[in-house]
Amino acid sequence: MPTVAQRSAEPASNPAPAGRGRLSRGAVNRSIARSSSLLGVVPFFAFVTVFLAIPTLVVAIGAFAGDDGRPTLANLAALANGYIIDAFVRSILLSAVTAVIGAVLGALLAYALVTAKEGGLLRRVVTAASGVLAQFGGVTLAFAFMATIGLSGFVTVFLRDNLGIDIYSGGVWLFEMPGLVLVYTYFQVPLMVIVFLPALDGIRPQWREATESLGGSTWQYWRRVAGPLLAPAFLGSTLLLFANAFSAYATAAALVSQGNLIVPLQIRTALTSDVVLGQQNLGKAMALGMVVVVAVVMGLYALLQRRTARWLG
Amino acid sequence: MAGLTLGETPPSNSRPRRQRLSARRARRQRAFRWAAVTVLAVFFLLPLLAMLEFTTRGAGGKRSFDTWRLLVDWGRLSETYPALSAGIIDSAGQVVLTVLLTLVLLVPTVIWVRLRLPRLRRLVEFVCLLPLTIPAIVLVVGLAPVYAWVVYFLGGSSVTLTFAYTILVLPYAYRAIDAGLSAIDVRTLAEAARSLGAGWGTVMWRVILPNIRSAVMSAAFLTVALVLGEFTIASLLNRSNVQVAINFLGKSSATMSVAVSLAALVLAFVLLFLLSLVGGRRRLSLVGGRRRFSLVGRRRRFSLVGRRRRGTPKENNS
Repeated sequence: MPTVAQRSAEPASNPAPAGRGRLSRGAVNRSIARSSSLLGVVPFFAFVTVFLAIPTLVVAIGAFAGDDGRPTLANLAALANGYIIDAFVRSILLSAVTAVIGAVLGALLAYALVTAKEGGLLRRVVTAASGVLAQFGGVTLAFAFMATIGLSGFVTVFLRDNLGIDIYSGGVWLFEMPGLVLVYTYFQVPLMVIVFLPALDGIRPQWREATESLGGSTWQYWRRVAGPLLAPAFLGSTLLLFANAFSAYATAAALVSQGNLIVPLQIRTALTSDVVLGQQNLGKAMALGMVVVVAVVMGLYALLQRRTARWLG
Repeated sequence: MAGLTLGETPPSNSRPRRQRLSARRARRQRAFRWAAVTVLAVFFLLPLLAMLEFTTRGAGGKRSFDTWRLLVDWGRLSETYPALSAGIIDSAGQVVLTVLLTLVLLVPTVIWVRLRLPRLRRLVEFVCLLPLTIPAIVLVVGLAPVYAWVVYFLGGSSVTLTFAYTILVLPYAYRAIDAGLSAIDVRTLAEAARSLGAGWGTVMWRVILPNIRSAVMSAAFLTVALVLGEFTIASLLNRSNVQVAINFLGKSSATMSVAVSLAALVLAFVLLFLLSLVGGRRRLSLVGGRRRFSLVGRRRRFSLVGRRRRGTPKENNS
């Protein structure tokens, strides 16, 4: 494929060579043309090197460098500290729980949409809204929830004044882990709708009819046909949701102003507070840890994606 | 399909039964559909309603729109909350410059790679999608020393965040532009123009660009939405933008910050709805088969390593 493309790209600059001398000159011209056309991508790669490759390398190298710049494993060893391990565990737990909740609710909603008429109003409105809400994170989301179930939020006040229910009788949980789970779910469900809908669209009605004509029940159809076909797509989407929650920062930062519940907040502290001697590069080690987790998850996602494409592609 | 529906059992007996079954299933699906949509709609609309309620609280339990009146009165706003108005101005500058830089950097490169350097295409795609696997909070750790140099050369203005934001929007913008280019026959267009004597500049600016206008538009829309919502990098590099200002304001005037949040949200809603409308209506049937530009369509192909099959109508799903 590349050779065909290459060849068809060039005749414009090289008319058909007539003799051997012309041929070699043609070859020279061609290599000049190729190297000069490389110039066209220089700005892009220069920019990406400075603002993407170098920062990544700074993190990767810094994680293995001591305060004096000498290579050391002390930063990575420091990751084994109790409070950092706890932050990682909480981060992973938060991402896993919200990924599973988001995946289940999102899959149900996506299935509800698939049974609707394709191109119908309901489907268009819900997919468009999901597209917006999945992007909607960060500070605004945190404030939306403070206005809803904050101490003087709409729902809190309504429940207290009208039904006599105090949702915070057991302590204010909005700024703790349960609050984060609730708020994260808000952007995980729409994301699931977006990534899972195509897989559900790939299910053909003929498969159900085939099951029925062979005497299969609805349960058997889901258990033996649709379930196994959708399983890789479902798992893959769940992993994507996990990575999404794991790398989120802004919502948690706006909601939890004190304390270091999860890894991104630990990194915030490492970046903003006065650096403890000997731990200058601890933030980089934690960042590297995050990259490793995300990379593993995305790698698994790619594998599952390939499996999904086999039937529902 | 017809053969399958009839089946091999005697039609006199099974056909009505099956019709009854499928009618019952359709009824059940409809009930489930409305139940699911209603429950989730309540969950998703409640915070938005709550924001509106929260910002219109007045003294003595009355509705009051003072906060909103203040928000639309620019002179009074910048007097009362200077940090907020500065943040809004900074965000506006970042949005404009990031859109420009992204398009100037990406569009010519992607076209050029398609035309002249097809072997580099995989590499460019990989590089563009890389920011998806590097969380912003990680990027900011590595960006800190780079920005020390940026400050040295260009000063410490908040507008310099444009560089970091261009990296952040790279995957989204690349997907949009790449989808647009896949829908037209770039090579033929370019060869036709070249054979008529056009230079490369003319080919890009007057031949290819008009053909991918809506893809470029959607890349720009996405960039605007993303930059307006960015908080991580701005806050940790101690720069200002509207999100940082909202967060800062939240400590002193919760009502105002909720109001600005809602306004920013509505703006993003409108932008992305416009985008999805553009995407929904426009179907490119030139060469690319049943391709569509839509937020949804682009999102689903976000696998970094996933295979891409060109030219088949099913490609959207892979």
